[in-house]
Amino acid sequence: MSAQATAAVADPKADESLKVIQDATCTFCGCVCDDIDLTVKDNHIVEAKRACVLGKAWFLNHKTEDRPSCLVDGQPAPLEAGYDRAAQILVNGKYPIIYGLSDSPCEAQRVAVSIADWVNGTIDTTTSVCHGPSGMAFQGVGEVTCSLGEVINRGDMIIFWGSNPAESHPRHFTKYSLMPKGMFLPNGRKDRTCVLVDVRKTKSAKAADIFVQIKPRADFEGLWTLRALAKGVDLDPVIVKRDTGVELSLWQDLMARMKACKFGVIFFGMGLTMTRGKHANSEALLALTRDMNAFTRFVAKPNRGHGNVTGADNVVSWRTGYPFGVNHSRGYPRFNPGEYTTSDTLANGEADSGMTIACDPMANFSEPARRHLASIPYIALDTKETPTTRAAAVAFTVATYGIHTGGTVYRMDDVPIPLRPSCESPNPSDFEVLSQIERRVKKLVGITS
Amino acid sequence: MSETFILIPGRTSDQGCGISEGKFQEKYQREINSLQVAPGDMTKLGLVAGDRVRLTSESGQVEVSVVVAKAEELPQGMLFIAYGNISSQLMGGDTHGSGMPTSKGIDVELEVLRPSAN
Ligand code: SF4
Repeated sequence: MSAQATAAVADPKADESLKVIQDATCTFCGCVCDDIDLTVKDNHIVEAKRACVLGKAWFLNHKTEDRPSCLVDGQPAPLEAGYDRAAQILVNGKYPIIYGLSDSPCEAQRVAVSIADWVNGTIDTTTSVCHGPSGMAFQGVGEVTCSLGEVINRGDMIIFWGSNPAESHPRHFTKYSLMPKGMFLPNGRKDRTCVLVDVRKTKSAKAADIFVQIKPRADFEGLWTLRALAKGVDLDPVIVKRDTGVELSLWQDLMARMKACKFGVIFFGMGLTMTRGKHANSEALLALTRDMNAFTRFVAKPNRGHGNVTGADNVVSWRTGYPFGVNHSRGYPRFNPGEYTTSDTLANGEADSGMTIACDPMANFSEPARRHLASIPYIALDTKETPTTRAAAVAFTVATYGIHTGGTVYRMDDVPIPLRPSCESPNPSDFEVLSQIERRVKKLVGITS
Repeated sequence: MSETFILIPGRTSDQGCGISEGKFQEKYQREINSLQVAPGDMTKLGLVAGDRVRLTSESGQVEVSVVVAKAEELPQGMLFIAYGNISSQLMGGDTHGSGMPTSKGIDVELEVLRPSAN
């Protein structure tokens, strides 16, 4: 029977074997909804009330895989043997890299940063292939920001740029950005104007009042057009249409609305960061946001993908001073995206050992990066079998955060949220695995404290 | 004969659910192996859903089957595929000093492998 079918018959009042966990936290996407009521039967979640389609898939498919907790060279091995081998791999490497972490709680992320420090290694998170370019842009331009609570209560103009929440963050509209009735928006959706800017008319277009379809790879030009209009610069309609694919009159109308709103919010996605221009695209958007504050209140927020990718930025920042792509080979942290980021350390053939945590570079990275990863010894921690765990020298099957283990995650607006585990797992948590590895690494490098 | 397109890899609901259900399960594999093509381009290339095509970028080559994109979702000249193992094979290793490979807006050549009978 499918998980969905099981969910239909779950009634805690009628069946005493059912346990209900209220206000559990979904960590599938950066919305980190903490209002999910879970019904648990026989250590298995059978219902996830209020979760969206992605959240339901996350909770209802968590069942522990029939896989050993530890594999060394593809063979089942005791955990202790895995910890020992993992520590040796990291200590013996000249250029060890640690990567992933966006689906781990902050407590585990903290230990991973420590290990990178002890082995003079490089620590990077999946931020580098998500909003890493925005992280670079924040440093260049600054960030005019707010919490999602302020969006709920004040945001009367909501712009989504290069982001498709209908498919990537399904409760974004209903919980935070469009539908809620707020302190200054008593009529909810009716009090807000929603604009979608994208190269495709995505499923999110249905939720928007205005859809602006720009030319592919013309985000920078579109944003620069708006900056010029904000400052009252005269523009040639022919050139604007040629460069952005959009009529100047539409940009002018949008700018008039942006200036007239009380509290504008731009949520931006990987349509900006993954497309040619990358950090320059994010910089243009943040600069436009900053400019708009001469006329009204405007903020910008990246729509973060994984459940605790925001936590990864926070933890790596408070441990090293930088958010991702941090190298410790000289004994102190250095930050250089394009050099110490994992796509580069792998594709350039520099890393000689590694550890991946809750990520799948063997499926998501470029061919040269994958080829190199496959050629070096590495450790992989994941809840499920993936192409990355299959090729690892040491693979740990770990418990799922937020379902089997507690801890803290950061919502996409940097608000920390506690996890409420609902089930038990025979597998160790990634915090436990990393702590055991750290203990052995310290011993091997001669740190006794 | 091949045609030039701009490929946009991105998130979809089925791809997101498939990650939780298991990357080796049918749903996830089907989603990341399906190339969405605008209805006008399907007609132009003589394609029907299920036909196989070869995509070649500067950095790689993949073979996938096509599905018709929902009306208006995709303009002609643009292709869409869910993120995953297949889309990543078309990315280059260079990140242009940013840490991020160009993963959206990739120029590809599309070659029809098995044109429909009609
Ligand atoms: S919107 Fe995101 S966090 Fe909320 S229930 Fe859906 S997947 Fe989970």
